[in-house]
Amino acid sequence: MTAPPAKYFDEMTGRDGTVLPHYRAFDDWCNERPVEFFAQKRQEADAMFRRAGITFAVYGEEAGSERLIPFDLFPRVLPQHEWDLLARGLDQRVRALNMFLNDVYNEQAILREGIVPPRKVLENAQYRPQMQGIKLPGDVYANVAGVDIVRAGEGEFYVLEDNLRVPSGVSYMLENRKVMMRLFPELFAIHSVQPVDHYPDLLLDTLRQVAPAGAAEPTVVLLTPGPYNSAYFEHTILAQHMGVELVEGQDLLVRDEVVYMRTTRGPQRVDVIYRRVDDDFLDPLVFRPDSSLGVPGIFAAYRAGNVTITNAMGTGVADDKSIYPHVPEMIRFYLSEEPILTNVPTWELRKKQDLQHVLAHLEELVVKEVHGAGGYGMLIGPTSTEAERVEFRERILANPDKYIAQPTLSLSTCPTLVEAGVAPRHVDLRPFVLSGRGVRMVPGGLTRVAMREGSLVVNSSQGGGTKDTWVLE
Amino acid sequence: MLSRTANDLSWLSRHIERAENTARLLDITYLMSLLPYRVTDQDDKWVEPWAVPLISSGLATEYQARCGDVTAENVLRFMILDAANPSSIFSAIQSARENARAQRGAITIEMWESLNATWLEMRGQTFDRIRQGGTREFFDWVKERSHLFRGVTVGTMLRDEGYTFMRLGTFFERADNTARILDVKYHTLLPSAQEVGGAVDYYQWSALLRSVSAFNAYRKIYSDVITPVRVAELLILREDMPRSLHACMNEIYEILRLICAGAKLEPERLAGEIHAQIHYGQTARIFDFGLHEWLMTFLEQLQTLNAEINQHFLVPVYNPPPTVATTDATPTP
Repeated sequence: MTAPPAKYFDEMTGRDGTVLPHYRAFDDWCNERPVEFFAQKRQEADAMFRRAGITFAVYGEEAGSERLIPFDLFPRVLPQHEWDLLARGLDQRVRALNMFLNDVYNEQAILREGIVPPRKVLENAQYRPQMQGIKLPGDVYANVAGVDIVRAGEGEFYVLEDNLRVPSGVSYMLENRKVMMRLFPELFAIHSVQPVDHYPDLLLDTLRQVAPAGAAEPTVVLLTPGPYNSAYFEHTILAQHMGVELVEGQDLLVRDEVVYMRTTRGPQRVDVIYRRVDDDFLDPLVFRPDSSLGVPGIFAAYRAGNVTITNAMGTGVADDKSIYPHVPEMIRFYLSEEPILTNVPTWELRKKQDLQHVLAHLEELVVKEVHGAGGYGMLIGPTSTEAERVEFRERILANPDKYIAQPTLSLSTCPTLVEAGVAPRHVDLRPFVLSGRGVRMVPGGLTRVAMREGSLVVNSSQGGGTKDTWVLE
Repeated sequence: MLSRTANDLSWLSRHIERAENTARLLDITYLMSLLPYRVTDQDDKWVEPWAVPLISSGLATEYQARCGDVTAENVLRFMILDAANPSSIFSAIQSARENARAQRGAITIEMWESLNATWLEMRGQTFDRIRQGGTREFFDWVKERSHLFRGVTVGTMLRDEGYTFMRLGTFFERADNTARILDVKYHTLLPSAQEVGGAVDYYQWSALLRSVSAFNAYRKIYSDVITPVRVAELLILREDMPRSLHACMNEIYEILRLICAGAKLEPERLAGEIHAQIHYGQTARIFDFGLHEWLMTFLEQLQTLNAEINQHFLVPVYNPPPTVATTDATPTP
């Protein structure tokens, strides 16, 4: 395994400092404007986000506290040919992941063939035995996937994580574009930026495609944990843009294995539930009995085929970090194709050899918890202290199964407006992939940016920001 | 529409209306406190004008327990900024904003932005800032924000059920408030015989009228001295007075007829009954019955109506599902 070269690739200036063609018009436009211009626009942007209440709740603080995610005025620009490559790769990968899920919860051919070790799947905390043998519309489990992508060089993309449970962030993609068009209409006049605003339409269409057979005019709802959830803002704008009801568990009831919502005109039947509630909380009769967010009996209605719940329960078994190393093999197994997008090389610490290698190179590697998410519980070798490494080494040795390690990628950077002016900051990309009867996505996705100098962590919970993402035709 | 959504929306407008009414009440109390006249209660005892808003909102006991003496500053702090007082302007705007946040998808962007801007400004208020900027200016601001929000609602919101329930909330709160204001004034402002027609009388009744934006209307309609019977007529029976009980009941009855859509439901019947009493009511009979007693009965009926609306539309409890004998032996997980 070789790590990519250490020098950072900048998406605007490449490696040698000359502005790449797809960034030229933007660069010229910038150079014609004084620094104060951007400072003022930045204040306007802040005011817009705050006025519109585009905030996210922060866990661990006072209930209901809200914060703005830092928004960077400089767009991230991708040329069409790079997006086309990504789109092909994402289509392929998500199709394979859905086939894997369908296989795991039905025939289990991939386990029998020994391509993925059965133990890794069947003993996985994310595996839901209750899902075994349930036939889903179109055999699709993850109707909405948010695949995290990083790049190291030109055309050199890596998949960092497949988020197949309840991926969030798409509202920032939508709102960032809206704010950019309001702040800099002239920029859109000189660039041919592919639109993203139709995402809610695609989503609604996808949800209708997977309605139970027999629902001629399916009623779709979005199930949210409620206003104190960190992504509540996103739930409201998606429901609003799709024109569907935003429901909480208390709004739904199940009668004779049919799901209804409580309306001012009595119970109304529900056919498709786009749920933004975790598996564990969906049905207290089947999953966590202490859940007050879910709906008792909803799983029985689902089993009976009277309602579609999407994403399906148990998709976590395919985006788990312990399964991640097997995705390229899945693609070969199900599609007989070579993977278009590459995995980041991964050491699995449950393997003795890998464990030894990782412990010997802790200061170069990133170590992650297999079930961790949101940038919590990880060690970033190059920026860690000796004490942190010693502590992490003990945690690994106590429970090597719980960890994987990856080389510290030299993530690409994008020019970003910071206190000191314009500076390169590391970015990733989360495109949102919709699977119904086919696979669709809007060009681009959510670009997250590590606002602190040198930082590789882009998660909003760790101080990351976002950028508008442009795919130029 | 989801029952929870309808409920949140009706409370959203109730809270806005409440903030406005509290501001009106405090404004007029402030004005009264500047006059050299004292207020008396039924037994001819002096009443501190700053107790009036507390009595009107039913908060006198809570206030005494928490804040002690009735002073201008304490009452203003309690009724404007106290987050623990559910009727304070701060709490009302906060609750309205919470309802709006929960129902972002059911209201327009303009409504949300207007309300959110109100909240952001309210959140930054302190007693000193309000005093510096002028207390009455602050009350004007609250009223303006309420007018603005109502205007934005009328101007942008789809005429769907959500709109209907928002209007229902507004008129419920307004009817409740007008009845309470009338009642409190009846208690505390009842002039003793020798003062009838005097300056005290004039200022007290005119203050009451001003607090519900009815002073000029009174002048226009009656062109005469202000008498309790006429004030009661204006604020209870005149349907052309936008804050009168009759005007509110007209709206509430119409809205419930619309919502019940001919289904012969109790909320419509009860609203019709209350409406008819006022529609065909006479001041002489109200005063024979006793204004205070009449108003208390009205408020009770409003409460019952509220409970009926909750049960039918907003917080419905469905009967337990019929247990169907299953012949299918498939175990459910």
